[in-house]
Amino acid sequence: MTTTATDLPADDHEGADAPRPPAGSDAFERDVLPTPKGASRSLLRSLLAPHHRRVWTIAVLLLLQQLAVQAGPLLVAYAIDHAVPALRSGDHGPLIAVALVAALCATASGGLQFAFIKVSARVSQDALLDLRGRIFRHGQALSLDFHERYTSGRLISRATTDVESLRELLDEGLQELITVVLSTVYITATLVFLDWGLGAAAVASAAPLHLFVRSFQRRSQRVYSAKSTAIAAVIVKFTETINGIRPVQAFRRERPNDAAFARLNHDHERVNGTATLEMARYVVSSRLVANFAVAAIVLWGAYRVASGGLALGVLAAAALYLRRLYDPIDRLGMFLNSYQSAAASLEKIAGLLAQRPGVPESAEPVALPAVAAGRPGREVEFRGVRFAYRTGGEVLPRFDLTLAAGSTLAVVGATGAGKSTLAKLLARFYDPTEGRVLLDGVDLRDLSTAALRRGVVMVTQEAFLFSGTVAENIAIGRPDATRAEIELAAKAIGAHDFITGLPDGYDTDVRKRGGRISAGQRQLVGFARALLADPAVLILDEATSSLDIPGERAVQRAMSTVLQGRTAVVIAHRLSTVEIADRVLVMADGRIVEDGPPATLIAGRGRFAELHAAWRESVR
Amino acid sequence: MADTAQTTPQTAPTTPLRRSAVRSLLRLWPFVRPVRTRLFLAAFVAVLASCIGLVIPLVLKWLVDGPVTERDPGGTWLGGGYLLLLGIAEALLFGVRRVLVARPLASVEAAMREALYRHIQRLPVAFHDRWASGQLLSRATTDLQLLRMFLAFPLVFLLVNGATILVGCVLLLAQRWSLGLVLLAPVLPLMVMCSVFEAKYAVAARRAQDQVGDLTTVVEESVLGIRIIKGFGRHRSQARAFKELTHRLRTTELHKARLLAAIWCVITTLPEIAIGATLVLGTVQVADDALSAGTLVAFLSTALALRWPVDSIGFLLAMSNEAATATDRYFEVMDEKAVTDEGRDGAVGSGETGSGQAGGGEAGDPARAAGGLVFEGVEFRYPDAAEDTPPTLRGIDLHIRPGETMALVGATGSGKTTLTALVPRLYDPTAGRITVDGRDLASLSRDEARALVAVAFEEPTLFSATVAENVLMGAEGAQEADLLRALRVAQADGFVGALPEGTATQVGEQGLSLSGGQRQRLALARAVVGRPRFLILDDPLSALDVHTEALVEAALRRVLATTTALVVAHRPSTVLLADRVALLSGGRITAVGTHHELLRDNPEYATLMSGTSGMSGEADRSEGESVR
Repeated sequence: MTTTATDLPADDHEGADAPRPPAGSDAFERDVLPTPKGASRSLLRSLLAPHHRRVWTIAVLLLLQQLAVQAGPLLVAYAIDHAVPALRSGDHGPLIAVALVAALCATASGGLQFAFIKVSARVSQDALLDLRGRIFRHGQALSLDFHERYTSGRLISRATTDVESLRELLDEGLQELITVVLSTVYITATLVFLDWGLGAAAVASAAPLHLFVRSFQRRSQRVYSAKSTAIAAVIVKFTETINGIRPVQAFRRERPNDAAFARLNHDHERVNGTATLEMARYVVSSRLVANFAVAAIVLWGAYRVASGGLALGVLAAAALYLRRLYDPIDRLGMFLNSYQSAAASLEKIAGLLAQRPGVPESAEPVALPAVAAGRPGREVEFRGVRFAYRTGGEVLPRFDLTLAAGSTLAVVGATGAGKSTLAKLLARFYDPTEGRVLLDGVDLRDLSTAALRRGVVMVTQEAFLFSGTVAENIAIGRPDATRAEIELAAKAIGAHDFITGLPDGYDTDVRKRGGRISAGQRQLVGFARALLADPAVLILDEATSSLDIPGERAVQRAMSTVLQGRTAVVIAHRLSTVEIADRVLVMADGRIVEDGPPATLIAGRGRFAELHAAWRESVR
Repeated sequence: MADTAQTTPQTAPTTPLRRSAVRSLLRLWPFVRPVRTRLFLAAFVAVLASCIGLVIPLVLKWLVDGPVTERDPGGTWLGGGYLLLLGIAEALLFGVRRVLVARPLASVEAAMREALYRHIQRLPVAFHDRWASGQLLSRATTDLQLLRMFLAFPLVFLLVNGATILVGCVLLLAQRWSLGLVLLAPVLPLMVMCSVFEAKYAVAARRAQDQVGDLTTVVEESVLGIRIIKGFGRHRSQARAFKELTHRLRTTELHKARLLAAIWCVITTLPEIAIGATLVLGTVQVADDALSAGTLVAFLSTALALRWPVDSIGFLLAMSNEAATATDRYFEVMDEKAVTDEGRDGAVGSGETGSGQAGGGEAGDPARAAGGLVFEGVEFRYPDAAEDTPPTLRGIDLHIRPGETMALVGATGSGKTTLTALVPRLYDPTAGRITVDGRDLASLSRDEARALVAVAFEEPTLFSATVAENVLMGAEGAQEADLLRALRVAQADGFVGALPEGTATQVGEQGLSLSGGQRQRLALARAVVGRPRFLILDDPLSALDVHTEALVEAALRRVLATTTALVVAHRPSTVLLADRVALLSGGRITAVGTHHELLRDNPEYATLMSGTSGMSGEADRSEGESVR
């Protein structure tokens, strides 16, 4: 879980007076995306498949290693039953054999362990690398529409905590499990080989143990999920308080918060204790069975040795083996816990990866025609476009719209009128449900991402700064830009003065001490970015909301000089922005209700004239 | 971004591990104290269980050398009985230990978390400016879980294993000191190597932790900045940065694995060799009849029983070290000084602390002669600002009369938001004083000050709660009627009514996500719901469309008519809510007057309001920002 999830201004301005349709109790709300059956298993398989040779190596290494480790008691049996009598008769051969095999086993078990850890670390690290990359790339490829519903916090925890719990399983859990299984098989086989009666008794003891393991698994699954829900609630409350510390303190929420937090914290405490008690219960019951089995088997063996039916060495070996046989049951419990958490995480990751990007990049991109000299803008055409949410709520009914290259269009209307959706279609954050959006006659869907972003850039109200310096943040617009070009862009937009006033000027780290940058200044950096990107079509979506008037003027100046001849779409609450437009579009309920040059509209008697009059009134 | 990734600092591994881990861990005592009895009891039980594990081989020996060798089937029953009893005792003691500490340790963790939460809420805003929320969160979760684990395992088992090793050594040496010495030979080198390993490993682990942190940052930013990345088509460079970091992390993890592989190689090999040597020597001695077969079996079983206690010392120490780091991290925050709840001069009646009826101050009190909100020579410098920079605010003198609304205008970054944060005492001035109704703000407790003042912040934050709870947190004891009135003032009644469950709809991170404009209106409703005596509005209408803005302004005007208010404004339309305007420039108030006066007389103000650098006579134009 992280931090900033709540800092995000709500995604769109369209949500408005009609609540967004895809809310309620859908899959997103409950954080359970539809996951195809067996998706998590096939995900795990696909992660390990490229390393199948290493995986086999690991299996062989473990097999051999366990062989070496488990040879010890067998040696004891051999030494007592054969080497001792041989020594007594003066034959040193068996003893030397014991010494040699012991030395071999000791070095082999160490060496094999070494090799095993190295190889398995390679496999698990490569698998994790692969998985992290997949989640990341997939998250980036998914459409904005998805991001708006999935919330940032969840996506972040998929890529961090969920990967982490898989790492724990791969790093520790799996080795544990394989070792437990192998040693159990080996030991049981050896016991059967030493004496089939003792071996059979050991096998029989597995039945009640199995029951305990199963019941523990069931119970711990329940407790585990309760526990993760409880801690998630604690985390949400905690993060929310920190991120909203100003309102918390200003409205004296400390005491009510203490109480609310104590309640959540106490819930977690209770489940936490219960989880430990479940573990205790499992340990006691399985230990009891194990120790009972050891006592019974040893007793039976001893009885048979005493009555002459069994060699002493065999009994000794059996006693040593039995202790080892039941040793790993505690660890098995811990493995089950980590397995459960990893399985849950894997399921969530698989669900995320199963989402198909709503706005895929074209497989066979088409190039844009060359721009006409002296007229760097491009023509934009919405042809028969309609847009509706997948859940059915129609946002934009079918419409046609053509913007001449180099013209500036202002879009006004109340919140919820569909202005931002129009802009997002043009920026190809969404694809239209019907119809096509064309840039100089080419469908946006046929453009490569690079070509699309040379063509269309959108600046939004929310001006996020990435960690790094101010210069680097501006350079996002064009990564190969020189410092001079960056400064030029900042100057053109009127951001140069405040940037040079920062502790390290353009090299000020925006996340470091003294890097306090106000909302308006962040928007200016966002503009400098767009200026540097120098697109053919520029979309401004509420991009000046936090600027003061001189700031807004500077932006307008920059647009009329630096971006001269570019096609521009400006969405603004402030009618002042309309000043620079050649054409105004008034939208209401997803429809274009008025369209024309500003002067004509003001002179008319339509909504714009009304809005304008109301605004003049409010300003007076 | 691609380039930012490289500049992300590689946090150097923190100070050497030899800082006293014990001293750090001792700081846990106050939290552990309430459960000390259980904890000690659990440790005692664990030692007992462990010793029983050591006695079992002795019974084996007795069984082999006694009844088995003497071919006495009856005697074996006795041996079996002993084994069974010991086995049951061991299993039960294991369980008892866990049961004893399960709830108490969960409660220690919970108590520490609660203390942290309480403390964090009361730390000054300046603290929160410095600390990333992720850092605080990881202290409240990962670190505290680590500490609970430490109390449950390493703490107990360091003691238990120490005792077990000691008892085991005594048993081995007492049975046959020569064989015992051979068997114990690797213990010392193992412990030394484990501690060497642990030091190296801790460095690598810390590096990995930091790299995971860097990775998390890139992931976070790529999600939070998704619109910008998509808008500029930068996802490839973002993916490159990510790839580079994951590869770096992989290298570190493989380095860790190499260290781990090496130590495990040693941990497995050395004892095996010692056991092999014991077996060979023992066999010779058995053949010479210098040793009984039972003793040899017992010896080897004891050796087996000691394997884990010896092997585990390394990782128990590592875990303790991690726990010490976690303790340090925890107390780093707890040691920060929380703001004291008392005013500088405690002799303030609590009569005024109620959420404040509007209306003028009661007359008669001479101290209230200069009522309203008064700034006198206020200076403010952020605690983390560089020494050589001028203070953010200096020499602020401003008098807002009771019932008056003052607009605060200034260029981007001039310190407007900072100035407003001083009134609810989110920050305290570094010099000068602020008085409310004639009383020094510093003499009021923060609670009292905040009861008088309500704020609508520039960034409207909603909490995961219902709309009603979010709004009503602005006032204690406010009624349904107040809620509706506040929603109406903020023009939020319309969209709230259209929400699935009206005012009972869950909003915030865990509920319905609202648009910026909607959140801003709810934040405004929260500020006005308690009819506060003083109202601070920081650019309260920036996210509203023209139409809604006009409606809110009309409603707000009625509220402001009777409230002493300070309103940060960027636009003439907002300024016109105010009776007078103060111009903030370069950290000082450079002019105070009505909108029209300033527009006429103050070129800077004219520029800010109109965007032109014109002087007098521009009033009309400025007011307009008009469409021509």
